[in-house]
Amino acid sequence: MSMRTLPLVFINLGGEMLYILDQRLHAHSTSEDKSEKVMNDIVGTMFSQAFMDEILKPQLLYSHRTMKVVLTRLAHVSIMKLNAVSMEKLYELMLMAFKYQVFLCPRPKDLLLISYNHIDTIRGFVKDTPAVLNKVDETHRKIIEIYSSMTAGEFQLLRQTLLTFLQDTHICVSIFLKNKIQNPNGRFALSTSGPVPHGMDVPGVIRIFDRKGREMRQRRFASGGSYSHPTKDASFGLHGDRVIKLGVNMLILYVPPLINIVWILLKRSQHTRMDASPNPLAKEELNLLACLMGTVEIENASGCETGFQINLLASAQEEEEGYAFYFSDESFEVINIQALKDEHSTTQLAQIAKLFVEQEETSNNVNSNKGDDLLAMMDDLGPL
Amino acid sequence: MYHKEKSIQIKNSASALYNNLCVLRIAPRRLTYFTVVHANVVNMVSASWDGLNYSHRQLQSKEPNVATSPSLIMQAAFCVLPSRDLLVVTSQKGIQIYESDGSIMVYWHALDTPETPTAQAVFARGIAAVWENYICVGLSSCGILVFDVPSKGSNITLSEVLEEHKEPITDLAQECSGSQDCIADLVSADDSGTLCVWKSGEEFQLLNKIGGFDMSCSSVKLWKGTAVAGYGTGQIRLYEAVTGILHAEVNAHARWIYSLDIAPFSGLLLSAAEDSFVRVWHLTVTPESNTVEVAHLHNECVTDTQICGAKFCDGDGYAFAVTGYDLNEIIRYTQT
Repeated sequence: MSMRTLPLVFINLGGEMLYILDQRLHAHSTSEDKSEKVMNDIVGTMFSQAFMDEILKPQLLYSHRTMKVVLTRLAHVSIMKLNAVSMEKLYELMLMAFKYQVFLCPRPKDLLLISYNHIDTIRGFVKDTPAVLNKVDETHRKIIEIYSSMTAGEFQLLRQTLLTFLQDTHICVSIFLKNKIQNPNGRFALSTSGPVPHGMDVPGVIRIFDRKGREMRQRRFASGGSYSHPTKDASFGLHGDRVIKLGVNMLILYVPPLINIVWILLKRSQHTRMDASPNPLAKEELNLLACLMGTVEIENASGCETGFQINLLASAQEEEEGYAFYFSDESFEVINIQALKDEHSTTQLAQIAKLFVEQEETSNNVNSNKGDDLLAMMDDLGPL
Repeated sequence: MYHKEKSIQIKNSASALYNNLCVLRIAPRRLTYFTVVHANVVNMVSASWDGLNYSHRQLQSKEPNVATSPSLIMQAAFCVLPSRDLLVVTSQKGIQIYESDGSIMVYWHALDTPETPTAQAVFARGIAAVWENYICVGLSSCGILVFDVPSKGSNITLSEVLEEHKEPITDLAQECSGSQDCIADLVSADDSGTLCVWKSGEEFQLLNKIGGFDMSCSSVKLWKGTAVAGYGTGQIRLYEAVTGILHAEVNAHARWIYSLDIAPFSGLLLSAAEDSFVRVWHLTVTPESNTVEVAHLHNECVTDTQICGAKFCDGDGYAFAVTGYDLNEIIRYTQT
């Protein structure tokens, strides 16, 4: 469907990831230095020109599998490491937050405002590092340039593409449940009251016209909801009042900062489409994955200050589940993957890609092929 | 006025697409077919009128070759022609035409896809059966394909391409009153809200073009010469199709309208939107005075659901069915 989904997906999913990481880093009194470094590294990579230029090209939306691989890579550009279980749960949280925002988006064009809310907050995370801040501003300008000419119909197609991507995911998130954003069955609450979106009229009026276009009579009907006058118009520029709250950091809105938060992910109410059958990957998806992977090294950035461990587990049960963010001195083994296009190696690549996604600690030595590979770029950029 | 009946469970949830429900009533066999699109699959349910038998079938979008990623389906709709009923499925890759029970594919038309991806999405959307032997399908490239359909067999041919719209097609509708007096046979709508009114024939003739207000018209119907259009602003507008005169304007919904339907024998109108409401209205078209009246009759709220499809199950509007994004059921309502 829409060829313009990727930039908004990365900004919003990436933004949610940063909100969660920021909250986790602060909740456990991580040093300012380390926190800032992690945020700067991730934001710097995500908003780098090379990465963004690749994302901004018109293309179809990635599969969940590919999205997870790229976001995992993003999360690992700094000194912080996540184990496979943590990354899986982080992805689920990000996805549900994003689904909430897309679902409740008042007008399709407001997807931009949601993205700008994320960008505005991300600016705050990196405000003390001008080089990274510039990258964020530059990306924001490019987004404005590309999306400002899109019609309402094109935005709705974009939104419909995102809704299809997010379909059938009904994972319950505790702060959503607590704040009645989400029902126990995993579905989001849709209000039938409140202001109508800017540019729309409150339902309830029928107007009949004569053949000359003059209004002959007006009749009212009961709409069944209690809607009020439209919200004011928001700013679609670099700065300004975005008016809608979707996309702001809900962890700040809903969660008292001093309380040590327990992230409890309840069992999935329905299997998500993310874990589709492992074999075989479609050829196009493989080619894309191959383009992205290049040389992928999962290792500790051993040039940095000594690593340290933070156990974010609040209960023995969670400990068992292995849900943890941690800084580690352990080095991982290197996985190099070649970006090849012929039939023979795509099967081989499928095996390797499957291994990579499952975060197995086996190594495969296939020669890498850099070039325009997205992830290779991320390696080249490195932390600031 | 209406009460809820037992829902029909479907194999997959409905996707967020305009007009995402189609109904075909087969009176001789006392069956009704329903189709609901989920990503790259069409879910078909055949329901017996006694409510005892349901059978399911799934149709996949056709792929040019096995290794490409599955293409998303935009719409599935039944086309009722005098000689035969067909099921048309439109996707990012092309147009598939099946026998109405989905058993055999009789025709495939591939869309032109550029070598390098451009910002413009490629898909087909908007389906209508027109007059005796035409099936029309809209394109994201703004054209409308007109297919000539023989009374049986698979020798379907592309008759012409109508190039009048400047924005991607959203919906097509044939005149559904059954009256022979109507001049216009087809109305087409696009993302700018522009409506084109056509007369069918070996060469389709453009009768009128009604300008939009830069707001997408997501669903359109044509009944007794009146074009009824639903917009992203939640408004419904009724136009005299051939002249473009605006009869009525309704601030009907608080969010984007996704589906309209008309019960041709009674003049009941059904509207459904992302605001979770389905509304039933009554239209009265008086040809002598050239006036149209709209009266609001009934609301149904499908809690926490953005509705994507709503259709009457019969020509009188005695019953209607509804689908919603992410819902695994077809909800049904019957007059009390």
